Amino acid sequence: MKDTAKDPARSTVDDEPVTQERRVDKAQYGLAAVLAVVGAYTLVDARGLNVGFADPVGPRVFPYVIGTGMLVLAVLLAVATARGDVGEGEAGEDVDLTSPADWTTVGKLVAILVLNLLLVNVLGWAITGALLFAGCAWALGSRTLLRDVLVGAVLSVASWYFFYTALGVPLSPGILDGIL
Amino acid sequence: MDTLNLLFDGLGSAFTPENLMYAAIGVLIGTFVGVLPGIGPAMALALLLPITYGLEVTQSLIMFAGIYYGGMYGGSTTSILLNTPGESASVMTAIEGNKMAKKGRAAQALATAAIGSFVAGTIGTLLVAFFAPTIAKQAVKIGAPSFFAIMLLSLVLVSAVLGSSRLRGFIGLFVGLTIGLVGLDLSTGQARLTGGITQLVDGVDIVVVAVGLFAIGESLWIAAHLRRNPVEVVPVGRPFMGREDWARSWKPWLRGTAIGFPFGALPAGGAETPTFLSYIAEKKLAKNGDEFGHGAIEGVAGPEAANNASAAGMFVPLLALGIPVTATASILLAAMTTYGIVPGPTLMTDQPDLVWTLLASLLIGNTLLLVINLPLAPLWAKLLQIPRPQLYAGILFFASLGAYAVDQNPFDIALLLVFGAVGFAVRRFGIPILPLILGVIIGPLMEVKMREALDISNGDISGLFNEGLAIGIYVIIVLAVVVPIVIDRVRGDAPLAADAQDGTNDKEEVSR
Repeated sequence: MKDTAKDPARSTVDDEPVTQERRVDKAQYGLAAVLAVVGAYTLVDARGLNVGFADPVGPRVFPYVIGTGMLVLAVLLAVATARGDVGEGEAGEDVDLTSPADWTTVGKLVAILVLNLLLVNVLGWAITGALLFAGCAWALGSRTLLRDVLVGAVLSVASWYFFYTALGVPLSPGILDGIL
Repeated sequence: MDTLNLLFDGLGSAFTPENLMYAAIGVLIGTFVGVLPGIGPAMALALLLPITYGLEVTQSLIMFAGIYYGGMYGGSTTSILLNTPGESASVMTAIEGNKMAKKGRAAQALATAAIGSFVAGTIGTLLVAFFAPTIAKQAVKIGAPSFFAIMLLSLVLVSAVLGSSRLRGFIGLFVGLTIGLVGLDLSTGQARLTGGITQLVDGVDIVVVAVGLFAIGESLWIAAHLRRNPVEVVPVGRPFMGREDWARSWKPWLRGTAIGFPFGALPAGGAETPTFLSYIAEKKLAKNGDEFGHGAIEGVAGPEAANNASAAGMFVPLLALGIPVTATASILLAAMTTYGIVPGPTLMTDQPDLVWTLLASLLIGNTLLLVINLPLAPLWAKLLQIPRPQLYAGILFFASLGAYAVDQNPFDIALLLVFGAVGFAVRRFGIPILPLILGVIIGPLMEVKMREALDISNGDISGLFNEGLAIGIYVIIVLAVVVPIVIDRVRGDAPLAADAQDGTNDKEEVSR
């Protein structure tokens, strides 16, 4: 784990010499806590399993190993974080890591995805799919709402028919039952 | 030659008009999706899994082979024409490729990438055809302890050696292993880690995990950091190469293939290391090394070939042992298991038609790719200008559709969001995704082998060490973990202790 602790120092060597004092990534403590909870839950859950007589290994061993490993990693991560270890966000074609995270957009997208899952069986995929597409495009900054709704409707109706006829998978028709 | 005959039989059954059509559709869709910025081959495969639901095994595998190579090729187009690579395996291609494109040689860069991929893919697939049966024949004889050890080796290498941080690699691995635990214990039928949710008793569908991790996680991550100023796309005509380009390309193609294939075939998986090594090799060997960093064609030809050769190489452990070593391989494995195919050493003898048709269609898909894509390159380049809001809205749309279509159950969309959140978190904290997805897939397989081995020894731990091969592999695992740590210690506080994984970091920083 030594190499990770070195990372911040390294990046200042490679990049422009940014004056960057050892910033502690507080969110990593949160991650360490989540990992610890998951590890502990894995162990507790495994304790509740029964081991049969003729079963020398049983279903407990593997979860025990994984849960323990998870707890150890959580501790190591917390220690590394305190020492100034900072995770490097993943880069990509459309990713601009210099700007701070835009939580509003992420929140809107999650809300739209949740809305889709709540309504898909009621309204049907043809309707929620169209709203899903248009809503996500809107959340991401598109301002051609009418066009997005139309594109979304074409996509969702076409995918409904594609799954229904070509693949034999009936997606929920919802309130359009009988019309589609 | 036995192998050749089998391969010809495979070609024969793949060469029906219907199958060719599926291969062509696969190649087209694969390239289409792979070219789209933000979508790498693994995400392309995960998103396109649902369209194979209605197909027969052979046809869907043929289509997948096309999607796979198409997605890879699409990725290289993106990294040449846009300045930023989409995935770590394309980093090296992007360095020289984008410089070439900016100098007005985009057509040559695309051509050497496409033909290099074709050469490497074809040689690689032929090597798979020759190696996989031999290895499978040996693998049938090895017992559960050794199998367990091989899987452990693969997981440890992927977690500890490939990434930039061992701690983060192992965190990814254990998150994956935990996800793999969810569901019924196979031998006692007890539910594990389901939290009382009945829908989880059957375990989580790998399609949902993959689409959540790749598509939702990636889209949300990008949405949080969306580049507001549009990226610059280099215009391109029909790809072609002059005589000099050919002369400068063919050796790097072959060297790249030679470097890439073994890395793909070993359980260490991943195309990052071989593409990096190939780039370094070409730079050293080039007569005019000064051109490197300013658009040297060798720097595109070599790494692109290495990338594709390692992509072909991963079929060796996948087909011969049933062990996936890359994210794409694990999705292919998931696709196979949905058809009830159990990958493993017996696959080649149980389902020879299937395997040989798959290998043959990899060859066909690769050829079709060259024939279709070279003329279409200007069209593909236009896709790079697709407005980002609609692009990512589309990805989220198809991701939700894919998860919902598995069972027509909204619960799967909820699960998708959970894995989307995991995918977002690992990107935020720089945790590598490969150990995670391999943990999900290999974890349960490993448990089966472990319990098999220990059942025989009646629970005694020595049951894991009673085969020579297993012991040998454990020695390798210990070396793989300990040696880098020792090297780090010995070099001590030297600020630029540049071992292999540090080198990977440097590249990424250079290309940014």
